[in-house]
Amino acid sequence: MEIFNNEKVYDFMGKRIPFLGLSAILLIASIFFLTTKGLNFGIDFAGGTIVQVKYDQKAPIDKIRDVLNDTEYKGSSITEFGSPQEVVIRITGSSSNLKNDIGDQMHKILDSTGNFEVRRVDMVGPKVGGELREKGIMALGLSLFVILIYVSFRFEWRFAVASILALAHDITIAMGAISLFSVEVNLDILAAILTLLGYSLNDTIIVFDRVREGIQSSKETELSSVVNESVSRTLSRTTLTSLTTFFVVVTLFAFGGEIIHGFAFTLVVGIIVGTYSSIFIAASFLVQLKFSVTNFRAKEADKLKRQKEKEKMRAMYEKGTV
Amino acid sequence: MLSIIFGVAFSIPSFLQTDSGKKISLGLDLQGGLHMLLGVKTEEAVTSKVKSVATSIKYFAEDEEILIDELSIKDGSVQFTVLDKDELPKVDTMLENIKGLKVTKENLNYNVTLTEAEKVTTKDLAVAQAVETIRNRLDQFGLAEPTVIRQGETDIVVELPGIKTAEDEKAARELISKPANLELMAVDEERADQVYALTTYQAAQYGDIILEDSRNPKIKYLVKEIPILNGSQVIDAKVAFDQSHQPIINFTLNSSGSRIFGDFTGKNVGKRLAIVLDGKVYSAPNIRERIGGGSGQISGGFSTIEAGNVAIALRSGALPASVELLEKRSVGPSLGADSINASMMALISGFAAVFIFMIVYYRNAGVIANVALVSNIFIIISIMAMFGATLTLPGMAGIVLTVGMAVDANVIISERIRELLRSGMSIPKAVEDGYSNAMSAILDANITTLLAAVILYAYGTGPVKGFAVTISIGILASMLTAILGTHGIYEALMPKIAKDKNLRKWFGIK
Repeated sequence: MEIFNNEKVYDFMGKRIPFLGLSAILLIASIFFLTTKGLNFGIDFAGGTIVQVKYDQKAPIDKIRDVLNDTEYKGSSITEFGSPQEVVIRITGSSSNLKNDIGDQMHKILDSTGNFEVRRVDMVGPKVGGELREKGIMALGLSLFVILIYVSFRFEWRFAVASILALAHDITIAMGAISLFSVEVNLDILAAILTLLGYSLNDTIIVFDRVREGIQSSKETELSSVVNESVSRTLSRTTLTSLTTFFVVVTLFAFGGEIIHGFAFTLVVGIIVGTYSSIFIAASFLVQLKFSVTNFRAKEADKLKRQKEKEKMRAMYEKGTV
Repeated sequence: MLSIIFGVAFSIPSFLQTDSGKKISLGLDLQGGLHMLLGVKTEEAVTSKVKSVATSIKYFAEDEEILIDELSIKDGSVQFTVLDKDELPKVDTMLENIKGLKVTKENLNYNVTLTEAEKVTTKDLAVAQAVETIRNRLDQFGLAEPTVIRQGETDIVVELPGIKTAEDEKAARELISKPANLELMAVDEERADQVYALTTYQAAQYGDIILEDSRNPKIKYLVKEIPILNGSQVIDAKVAFDQSHQPIINFTLNSSGSRIFGDFTGKNVGKRLAIVLDGKVYSAPNIRERIGGGSGQISGGFSTIEAGNVAIALRSGALPASVELLEKRSVGPSLGADSINASMMALISGFAAVFIFMIVYYRNAGVIANVALVSNIFIIISIMAMFGATLTLPGMAGIVLTVGMAVDANVIISERIRELLRSGMSIPKAVEDGYSNAMSAILDANITTLLAAVILYAYGTGPVKGFAVTISIGILASMLTAILGTHGIYEALMPKIAKDKNLRKWFGIK
């Protein structure tokens, strides 16, 4: 079975302006949502408490709200979680007192609302929340930096810049979607975003690897033609791997349960955006950055020449003839 | 050929390892349990260290019959005045013998504080001791495999897997949080009658503090601020029953504690001795005679379970400083089971989808890729078992994701081979070149993902770390199986493929 015609070279770069336009619209929309709506920080980063309760029949949400309104937990948000039997109660604030536990209190408070089981109590104090936030931003920044170094070392700085721009593009749009759908941002979402970083870079690197190979093997001097050919050659691989990963992430989204929902959602969005960007966007950054094929070849040739000269020098030196 | 042996050798132990030997431990989010991050209030340890310095000075002065006046603690320093000038050298030598003190002296007035270095050491010791104490208590409480680990300068991670009920959890939390700070303090008999009229500030002027009764907060006692003894000298504590079958706790003091206790009771017959636990007075009996042998009892309104827990806490030592809850995550066992089911479901269905797709698209090449995929999963499991890694919910997600990404390398290789075959290359050459052409892309792609995973591990906590671990192992395993494993299979099958020459059957192309 084959999906793409492998002989054909698609003209991606000729149409790069409309695609860049589409990306610009998506980016602007994402930034708009991120600045106006913002991110819905969960307790891992904002601090607070959540209590997950499962009833043996449909959860009496109104009754729970009534009961809670007579206590210090007035105004807590109560939402269905995964199934009608289950609810999550979100409480702002946390108690640092070991003896006076919210789980115990909930048992007492909710006693009149029916038969239930407290399945999960997560409490994150303000100090820890701040630390986790700090570490999260550190992790994201550090990963980008390390990747920049690695790609510069393996390719050329313009490749590194183009791949970082593509990454920033993917992550911004994924975060825009998270903001738009009010997905609760917790540690697992951070993990999903960092995975995306690796994944989307994967795709981009494979395309770039082909571009580099194309530059060295073909006689073409026009970068956009080299890029067109490389992207077309990798097209079936890019879509195939994205497809297989997509299968998996979608099953995770469908069957993974409520807890893994946000994580899977972020990956679903990220894989779509990441695939799109590695086909249509990443390489066009390379073209936009005015990467010159002739210069690259000249440099490579220069490098080769210098290496040969060095070897010659060494050979001469070793033989003792100067 | 070498690589096929390599591949097989690596997958065989994994089949065996999953059944017997070391097993992967399930994270708290999968088996249920309690995870807590506790912060030790280290300043308290410094305060109590200052207090114990004061106790030593007081005991020394009484023992040597040196008259000192106005012994008190102000702003974290011990202050006192020596009445007799001739005694100064004796006092100086005594203070020199206590490590980590900064002494300033003006005529007969002393001001003793801890040096900065000593404060740091005290705080550090307090956390180390808290870890030890909490571990001891949980061990004696009889919980299966509690984990107590220090994290950073002041924090402690406590993990209690397999806590089933809210009552168990509550008992464990109480045991951890109980300071179990036992103090024996002298009642200020001169002013005891005025206790209800004094403010805390006024009491402090006399070197006294006001404490409440453990059962009835309305009953108050005026006691000397500097204790005669503290819990660090307790070596044993047991539950016993008094004449009316109420549970009490018998404690035993070490030798220096016994001596101090004996001396004090001998000198203060007729006066009252307050038995103070965690800042509350449990009883304040009259001293009838000198109490030798170094044992005493705490009575007063315990339930049997409570008395048992207090005894455990006293035996394992006092917490040098109180702890506060910074983070708590408790997962019920039923939720953990649901999570396992859901992620197994995702793993199996995701795996099946990829599996079928590969066979339909690549035919026999797909079958070979799937062999690599299956051994990949076994390798992940066996490596995790070997290192005793913990499988968490995000870790499961990591395995599911690895399945998706592991086929990536095989897809890259297969696509390269197809490309070369289309350009008319012979099969053995196409396979060889396909692997070498694909190599740099696979390496670059996997190394970058690995870098991200390593950073995730370094900066992540708990579950995120678990995710990073499975992803990293998964990437390494997939490089091994995809590059070495499948290459070996191709080489082994090559004579057959070369003879057959059916590109559709082997690589899914015309």
